[in-house]
Amino acid sequence: MDKKVNQFNTLIVGTGGQGQITLLQILTEAALIEGYDVKTSELHGLSQRGGSVEVHIRFGKKIFSPLIPQGQADLIIGLEMQECLKACYYANPKTNFLINKYIVPIPLEKILPEKEILDNLKKVSKNIFLIPAAEICQEKLGTSVVAGVYLISLSSFKNLIPIKPTSLFEAIKKIIPEKYLELNLKTFKLASDSEAVK
Amino acid sequence: MEEILFNKPGKKIILLGNEAIVRGALEEGVNFVSTYPGTPASEIGDTFFKIAKKVGVYFEYSTNEKVALEAGIGASFSGLKTLVAMKNFGLNVALDALFPFLYTGTKGPTVIIVADDPSCHSSAQSEENSRFVALATHIPVLEPSDPQECKDFTKLAFQISEKFKIPVIIRTTTRVAHQSAPVELGKLAPYRTEGFGAGFVKDPKKFVTLPPRVLEMKKELLTKIEKIKEFSEKSKINQIYRLPKSIDGSSRVGIITSGISYLYVRETLKELTSHQDGGGGLPVLKLGFFYPLPEEKIKNFIKNFKKVLVIEELEPHLEKEVERLAKDVNCKLKVIGKDLIPEVGELRPEIVISAIAKFANCKLKAKSGRSSSSRCDSIIENSLKTELPCYGSEGEEEDLSSSPIENLKLKIPRRLPQLCPGCPYWLVISAIKKAVDLKKVIFGGEIGCYMLFGNSPINLQDYLSCMGSSVGIAHGIKKATGQKIITFVGDSSFFHAGIPALINTVFNKSNPLIIILENRTTAMTGHQPHPGAPIIPNGIKIEEIVRACGVKNLKAIDPINQKEFVATIKEFLNKKETSVIIVQRPCIWIKK
Repeated sequence: MDKKVNQFNTLIVGTGGQGQITLLQILTEAALIEGYDVKTSELHGLSQRGGSVEVHIRFGKKIFSPLIPQGQADLIIGLEMQECLKACYYANPKTNFLINKYIVPIPLEKILPEKEILDNLKKVSKNIFLIPAAEICQEKLGTSVVAGVYLISLSSFKNLIPIKPTSLFEAIKKIIPEKYLELNLKTFKLASDSEAVK
Repeated sequence: MEEILFNKPGKKIILLGNEAIVRGALEEGVNFVSTYPGTPASEIGDTFFKIAKKVGVYFEYSTNEKVALEAGIGASFSGLKTLVAMKNFGLNVALDALFPFLYTGTKGPTVIIVADDPSCHSSAQSEENSRFVALATHIPVLEPSDPQECKDFTKLAFQISEKFKIPVIIRTTTRVAHQSAPVELGKLAPYRTEGFGAGFVKDPKKFVTLPPRVLEMKKELLTKIEKIKEFSEKSKINQIYRLPKSIDGSSRVGIITSGISYLYVRETLKELTSHQDGGGGLPVLKLGFFYPLPEEKIKNFIKNFKKVLVIEELEPHLEKEVERLAKDVNCKLKVIGKDLIPEVGELRPEIVISAIAKFANCKLKAKSGRSSSSRCDSIIENSLKTELPCYGSEGEEEDLSSSPIENLKLKIPRRLPQLCPGCPYWLVISAIKKAVDLKKVIFGGEIGCYMLFGNSPINLQDYLSCMGSSVGIAHGIKKATGQKIITFVGDSSFFHAGIPALINTVFNKSNPLIIILENRTTAMTGHQPHPGAPIIPNGIKIEEIVRACGVKNLKAIDPINQKEFVATIKEFLNKKETSVIIVQRPCIWIKK
């Protein structure tokens, strides 16, 4: 993806505390490094206390709205499977879904079976990439907290987002605090080595 | 964080709307900043909290928005460049101090940031539209759309304040305050290294609002506003965009908008221009000033129109103003607004796309007899077909579990915010459930993490209103009914507005059981310190305040001691006088 795109819309969904705002900051910096105009939208406060959290990152030649219009997401990164269903509002048949194989139960609700979630997502788009990111990170790095960084890195290596891995690498170095940088750079490397890329 | 302090004019960095406001204030050389934390305005204070010492700015978290504004007024009277930030409900608290401040005017230039939260993403109590304050107090109000404008408008607001000696409000909304984008930096003002050199110079004619002088002051205020109106007429922040590809040269329709809505309008016009004829060529008047409006500019814009579409969130303030102005210049003008734009909930691009498509199609039919284009139709259809999933905490299950996509027959369960695992409030909930018959006791709610007590499976909240109100309302219910009542108030809320209510309860003699949740931080809004926080040396002790208010039945308890806690609840609930339990256990996220 060397050619500059006119407009690219990324939605990241999950539950409060999965690091959406850090991922947003990384992608925003990376888009700026690529020379794009960029706008994002996030929510703070009450909405973060373990509830559903979605953040929007839009970049391209000239971006006005910070929110992605309905049905116009190019890439949806799902940090939790059930939340991906809610993200369908922004999806169309060409949308790529990059999904963490990970479910956070909702209190007092029955957990939706994985197959049921996937079957329903497939009705919206056939481009579904289910990745056991939390499991891979837990096994190789000892923590699943970096699953989101793994997924955005993967999206770059798999050409699911018009951001070069080098730009993403620079952005991670800029955004992640010194203390956690090594872990995050290892995550980036792990994504580049991953089977999913091959 | 250090990027916000780069002194590299012309460089572009990514800033959140709130951070851009901070940067604008720093470029103007702000001296004094006060705030009470509230989402979506909180990052303004939080950013100053981190950098104030380094850049020679005085910063404080005040105990509530009224005293924050009063501190700011004092600083302004002493000649300092002053910024005060708050969320919408904070403005209500500060209003008593704001009215007279317009009469006295400023000495040091003063900017007040007020952040609204359409759709109540981070707010209970109401979906407030703070624009009313302009009409009530005559304070000039500017409305930025994006982070670049947040910075530029903050600077302009300081300049207007300096020139006209009047405070100025910057009104943002969640999607402006929490929008990030590249912002072009200007030159930072030099940091102050030693003192402000400020002095309060006595001038009773200016600072004392005593009658009969106060009525002269009102006349002076109205004269100032007339001058600012002239400034607004010429200001570039009220601008007409004539977009390309107008379907005919003498366009007879147009759009008036401001703030975040403007970005959705531009998004729509980009969409319509690139796909078909139609709406892409509509002229747009973007208003940076909400008050005073550039009335002549608006009149000129609308005088030859048949129809105008006013796109604004929440109540139709602009729409009514445009209707009023149309009477002078174009009494046949059809002003369309809330017919196509909802009054409840924030706008989204697809709502604006749908509204503009409808608006423009009507025109197409009338002018050229062409039927509406298929693209517009499909956009409208798309926008109407599906419902946005709802994430808020208000309301009950019926509308929540509905599937967002028509074709998905799946029920998507709603995920509500929760108390954190390990939160000391869980211990409060368990003690209450052990101590009382939940059906026979009324539970008073408040603003803070404990408003989540209203969610299942906790269900310990029978009313919820504004900060400090749980105690005041409990007193009224007690006086009216004598029913048993337990009311919760957090420590930050108690300092903010709970103390007068407690005194009233003791003074007017009623006996609710007040449980003060002392977690030693302003948790919900982002763990900002308050007067009793551990990082404050010799912090103020709530126990001493409560005792000084004359409360006899008082106990401070660590809720980990469930037995003692349960017994105290049972005992205090039967007392004839006001009783207070202070639950002392810090939030798990603060450093002890």
